[in-house]
Amino acid sequence: MAKKSNTEDYLRMYRQMVRIRTFEDNANQLYLAAKMPGLTHMYSGEEAVAVGICEALKVTDKITSTHRGHGHCVAKGAEFKQMFCELLGKEEGYCRGKGGSMHIADQSNGNLGANAIVGGSMGIATGSAFTAKLLGRDDVTVCFFGDGATAQGLMYEVMNMAALWKLPVIYACENNGYSEYTRTEEIAAGSITARAEAFGIEAHQVDGQDVLAVNALTEKLVERARKGEGPFFIELMTYRYHGHHVGDINREYYRSKDEEKDWKDNRDPIIRFRSWLVEQGIASEDEIEAMNDEIKADAKAAVDYALDAKYPDVSEVDMHVYTDVTHALARNPA
Amino acid sequence: MRNITLSQAVNEALAEEMRRDETVFIIGEDVAEAGTPFKVLSGLVEEFGTARVVDTPIAEPGFMGLAVGAAMTGTRPVVDLMFGDFLFLVMDQLCNQAAKTHYMSGGKLNVPLVLRTNLGATRRSAAQHSQSLHALVAHIPGLKVAMPSSAYEAKGLMKTAIRDDNPVVIFEDKLMYNDKAPVPEEECLIPFGEANIKRDGRDITLIGTSSMVQVCEQAAEILVREGIEAEVIDPRTLVPLDEATLLASAKKTSRVIVVDEGHQGYGITGEIASRINEKAFYHLDAPVLRMGAMDVPVPFSPALEDITVPTPEGVAVQARRLMSGEMIHAA
Repeated sequence: MAKKSNTEDYLRMYRQMVRIRTFEDNANQLYLAAKMPGLTHMYSGEEAVAVGICEALKVTDKITSTHRGHGHCVAKGAEFKQMFCELLGKEEGYCRGKGGSMHIADQSNGNLGANAIVGGSMGIATGSAFTAKLLGRDDVTVCFFGDGATAQGLMYEVMNMAALWKLPVIYACENNGYSEYTRTEEIAAGSITARAEAFGIEAHQVDGQDVLAVNALTEKLVERARKGEGPFFIELMTYRYHGHHVGDINREYYRSKDEEKDWKDNRDPIIRFRSWLVEQGIASEDEIEAMNDEIKADAKAAVDYALDAKYPDVSEVDMHVYTDVTHALARNPA
Repeated sequence: MRNITLSQAVNEALAEEMRRDETVFIIGEDVAEAGTPFKVLSGLVEEFGTARVVDTPIAEPGFMGLAVGAAMTGTRPVVDLMFGDFLFLVMDQLCNQAAKTHYMSGGKLNVPLVLRTNLGATRRSAAQHSQSLHALVAHIPGLKVAMPSSAYEAKGLMKTAIRDDNPVVIFEDKLMYNDKAPVPEEECLIPFGEANIKRDGRDITLIGTSSMVQVCEQAAEILVREGIEAEVIDPRTLVPLDEATLLASAKKTSRVIVVDEGHQGYGITGEIASRINEKAFYHLDAPVLRMGAMDVPVPFSPALEDITVPTPEGVAVQARRLMSGEMIHAA
């Protein structure tokens, strides 16, 4: 792993990865206990991707996220309380309970939102970079998407434009090996990075389980994108520990338990980084355990808060349809 | 007041708003030097440059999606969709993304973009360049839909659309680009959701959209010679819809025909007729009639194409049936 000079940065990266894992463990329990409406898609296993990238961004930089988006949301600075409230459809959620897990947006931290259409946010990310260029802002946008989304035509349309116009956008392909319930090699012909290279976009492949490698690469690319040298493409090789969603439990027909065990035991991004922190003398085992416990307690408090929190009043149902009309249905009453 | 073409009116509206607000930009295929195939945007790139009049590859979903993200982050894109028929290509970005972002974010994110496109058959362009697809987008909550019926509305509605913080789709009739109408030289903004009573009448209400307003006015001219006084109303925007003005007219005349160039089945005419039936039923002396485009793909041959859209004569025929009581006795 590449060495970084700032102890605080390392500890924050570790903390953020554990916060994501802890958030997901709690979200999964809420589903299994039938306390959460609907389904959700776990980010567990991919933490080094979101954290390595978002730690290279400023709060004014933007991201677009995916249906598997809790990790991006936490890594870009969101709070547990509003996130759990959103997952449970409560008024204090980031989107007042109107978006839910698949649409969490936290514009205060530059998160333009998760997206439930696979590949649906690629245009949005590219447009956000277009704004930066048109208005002369120096912010960079990172577009998160999975390997499954590389099959969508929109990606090629917007990468073409981003390359033509040198937009400050980084396309971050989280290759977790599975496109929903199908192995990626069954849906992706040729090389994924070569597709970006065909547009003249500089593309990199990186070990997505190594937070320092992800972070070091992203920092360089972000700095260059700010100077107008973008766009860039990164393929991050990672793994999703859960199924496509929390209800996808019997999945041996598409991937083996041995494979899952191998990734969890031997390539877990949190275990790897934790060992490195101890080895380097950046944190002791005790300090790390204390941090883990503190995060667990934070998450529990946030879950308890969200479970007790209010649902939005039913009068909110026709609010926020339009910006300039408080209640959209009041105009032409029945 | 000077007369200018609908095309000039759109051009003026865009130029004025781009001068007023530097976050407004135009994006689409052949919008810059070419000024679009209809030459509506000619001259804008010379004034505003290629950074703000942006030619794209032929990639409608791509530039539509890009515009959504640009709008979410502080600009006001005017997306140029060369033909209304290409709406099918941009539906995900328009209807799943732009329309829902404000709602799904609990009101935190806005998408202030304008999608300007066109409608209208009888240009001998066949089924993929002649459709009037405004009903598709009017169906989706979160989008506003404007339907200018002359150069005046084209300018006033466009300026209002650009200043609106919501996604707005404007349909211009591509056969009306050279039609002239009086347009004021001073600031001209037409509020959304205010229908325009184009002609007063006591006997029957003709509600028309876009170029069908002219069809209704011509029908009214035919009918007045027969002693039938038709009221002609242009809703101007489908979303929001000025139901109150339509209902007041229906209650006054007791007979209504709704005329629109979209397909009649499951369309705008049915929606407006249904609202009048629900809310003015006891004031009606006859069923509300719908006149939309024939429910067939638009044919190429002039002999076939011309019979697929409502005409003044056709509207007059239906108006006479309503006035004679034929509809009631037939039932």
